[in-house]
Amino acid sequence: MASLWFWIVAAMIAAYVVLDGFDLGAGAIYLFAAKTNDERRRVLRAIGPVWDGNEVWLLAAGGTLYFAFPQLYASSFSGFYLPLMVVLWLLMLRAIGIEFRAHVEHPVWQDFFDVVFSISSILLAVFFGAALGNVVRGVPLDASGYFFEPLWTNFKLSAQPGILDWYTILIGVMALVTLTAHGSYYIALKTDEDLGRRARGIALLCWPVQFFLTFTSLVATYFIRPGIMANYGKHPVGIMVPVVVVASLAVMLFANPKGKEKLAFIASSLYIAFMLVGAAFALYPVVLPARNHEYSLTIENTAAGGHGLRVGLVWWTLGAALAIAYFAFVYRKFQGKVQAGEGQY
Amino acid sequence: MDSALFVHRLHFAFTATFHYLFPQLTMGLALLIVVLKTIALRRNDPVYHQAARFWGKIFGISFVMGVVTGIPMEFQFGTNWSHFSRFAGGVIGQTLAMEGMFAFFLESAFLGLFLYGEKRLSPKAHWLSAVAVFVGSWLSGYFIIATDAFMQHPVGYVLVGSGKDRAVQLSSFWQLLLNPWAGWQYAHNMSGSAITGAFVMTAVGAFYLLSGKWTAHARIFVKVGVIAGCVFSVLQIFPTGDRQGKMVADQQPVTLAAMEGLFHGQSGAPLLILGQPNDQQGKIDNPLEVPKMLSVLSYRRWDANVRGLDSFPKEDWPGNIPLLYYSYHIMVGLGTFFIAIMVVSLFLLWRGKIFDSKWMLWILMLAAPFPYIANTAGWMTAELGRQPWLVYGLMRTEDGYSKAVSAGNGMFTLLGFMGIYTVLGILFLFLIRREIEHGPVTESVSDSH
Repeated sequence: MASLWFWIVAAMIAAYVVLDGFDLGAGAIYLFAAKTNDERRRVLRAIGPVWDGNEVWLLAAGGTLYFAFPQLYASSFSGFYLPLMVVLWLLMLRAIGIEFRAHVEHPVWQDFFDVVFSISSILLAVFFGAALGNVVRGVPLDASGYFFEPLWTNFKLSAQPGILDWYTILIGVMALVTLTAHGSYYIALKTDEDLGRRARGIALLCWPVQFFLTFTSLVATYFIRPGIMANYGKHPVGIMVPVVVVASLAVMLFANPKGKEKLAFIASSLYIAFMLVGAAFALYPVVLPARNHEYSLTIENTAAGGHGLRVGLVWWTLGAALAIAYFAFVYRKFQGKVQAGEGQY
Repeated sequence: MDSALFVHRLHFAFTATFHYLFPQLTMGLALLIVVLKTIALRRNDPVYHQAARFWGKIFGISFVMGVVTGIPMEFQFGTNWSHFSRFAGGVIGQTLAMEGMFAFFLESAFLGLFLYGEKRLSPKAHWLSAVAVFVGSWLSGYFIIATDAFMQHPVGYVLVGSGKDRAVQLSSFWQLLLNPWAGWQYAHNMSGSAITGAFVMTAVGAFYLLSGKWTAHARIFVKVGVIAGCVFSVLQIFPTGDRQGKMVADQQPVTLAAMEGLFHGQSGAPLLILGQPNDQQGKIDNPLEVPKMLSVLSYRRWDANVRGLDSFPKEDWPGNIPLLYYSYHIMVGLGTFFIAIMVVSLFLLWRGKIFDSKWMLWILMLAAPFPYIANTAGWMTAELGRQPWLVYGLMRTEDGYSKAVSAGNGMFTLLGFMGIYTVLGILFLFLIRREIEHGPVTESVSDSH
């Protein structure tokens, strides 16, 4: 039962990164791809009706993690105290950047919120990547089951690592490039003319960097955690992960120049989902590795009581079905290219 | 008090208090917008449509503020209160996760459609999206109240483990979800938020009438606001407030004694209206009381014995008795004042005189901030009254905070939140002022900038 919840939470996190990833990416390219006020409004209208719903996946994943693995939630949220607070501040600034910009028609007001929106999107992508890096690298958990990481120490992999070291920064940069490409495919899909062309161009530039970082990060991960590939040896089904990752990289490379934005966007979504599934697959059944392995948190020593998990499966299934139905409905209502002069943003 | 404990308590109290300024308006307005949209649809009346759209904009701004200040609340259970989360997560994780799955998805999906999709939807579908936003926001309220109700009155759990592994696990889902404490607390809380919505709507209407602008819309605002305000002000005291007080008397008698400033137990206890608790001498200075009333309200008998603080060991007293006492008395005092204002307004509305009674419009306009104060004081009463417990009878507050997070790190982020919330508060007031100045009449359904 705990294993099932492990995969449910992993899937929800993947859904969050794929969905909110494209509006974070749209924020990252916002200042470069959208030059005029009309173009900026079109980017905001492309993500405006959906970004809040996308972000709910983060809350729902966090809530589900809390419910299924309370001890993991307690340890990781207090241990990652500082970066989480920074993430919260960035999420707030980003939200008001999107939502408050259109309320006042003044170039100074709008320029200010443009920069707030874009910079917070970029920093969030880096921080989410660094968070993933921390989980893969391991944290200084002790016998109490708790830890506390400062934002940085000496940027090396020492016994007292910080949130940011060379490895987590590498993963952070990779996340930024990946989400930038992802957001570019989305904007290319939702807009046309100069804006759509520029978005395609940015995605084209991202591809070689993304390709390079995918393999660098793999080598770096193997270097810092040599045992990480053990699950792939034990369960051959894991071979799916590299196959899908490589295939989706190839599809992105070919689909984008041919103007098949939808295909490129789907490939990018698969790439993100399978990179995250691959990390989860490598970690399982550990949910938060300790630098000293005997203190690692696993699904067994962090899961909630069996009755709660069984009851949860009933309402979670119902809730997820409803959520997917709402999403299908909203995305259908707002499908197609963004038209000029429509909507609130 | 331990300095880290103090910082973590203030961290949560500050962010929660600021956060709840926004949902109380959005939950109240969600209901009133559904009323406006329903009338608009049935009468096909463009003024009602414009009224609904105007309040939709105010709602949208307040909603964004509620979302951005609400996300930190879910995080803080883990960041600042990790020992509590580890202890109670097996139970309250249920209600918090359900809030995400059932309320947030519904709200966020349909808010976009309601605010930006009027052109793309049929009038009925647009009305339905308003209803969906209303249902989502009120469901969200229920899951949070059910979570708080578990902390006030734990049910549906079993205790397992010992030492650092001591924790509660869910034993009955329906007991948790249908906690009797949650029912009355929810009714009381939602009625309070409807009061905020109604008073704000009435105040904007009164402002327009006094300014002589948009009088057709203003009359709708005053009419809908006064009727709703009167209904909910009465419900706030009776039955919801009365039943809530009775629950406290039965389940948390020491809290009742502290709220009422009853230092010494007695039969036929008086109800204190005014006075300052002198906790050094254990008495009330300058008391103004109604004889025997507390006994009647708490136990429905004139001579019932009400236990005072002296009946309980001092370590079980709520930590901050003066603040608890004042919060409770401010809440009740304002609640009484709301009924008085709204009953008089409803009478004037019925006689058809309210739109011309300048003095009443002035009162209604100036009354808008008070429901915010009353709702805040109410939550302070509930949460200060729960002290020294974090989960009543099971875990003390001093055992629940994140021991791994030092006072210095907690203070750093508390100051950060104070800074950001100051900016957010100023932006909010600025944008609301602009919307009120623009008024309810716009050139087309979706105004292009």
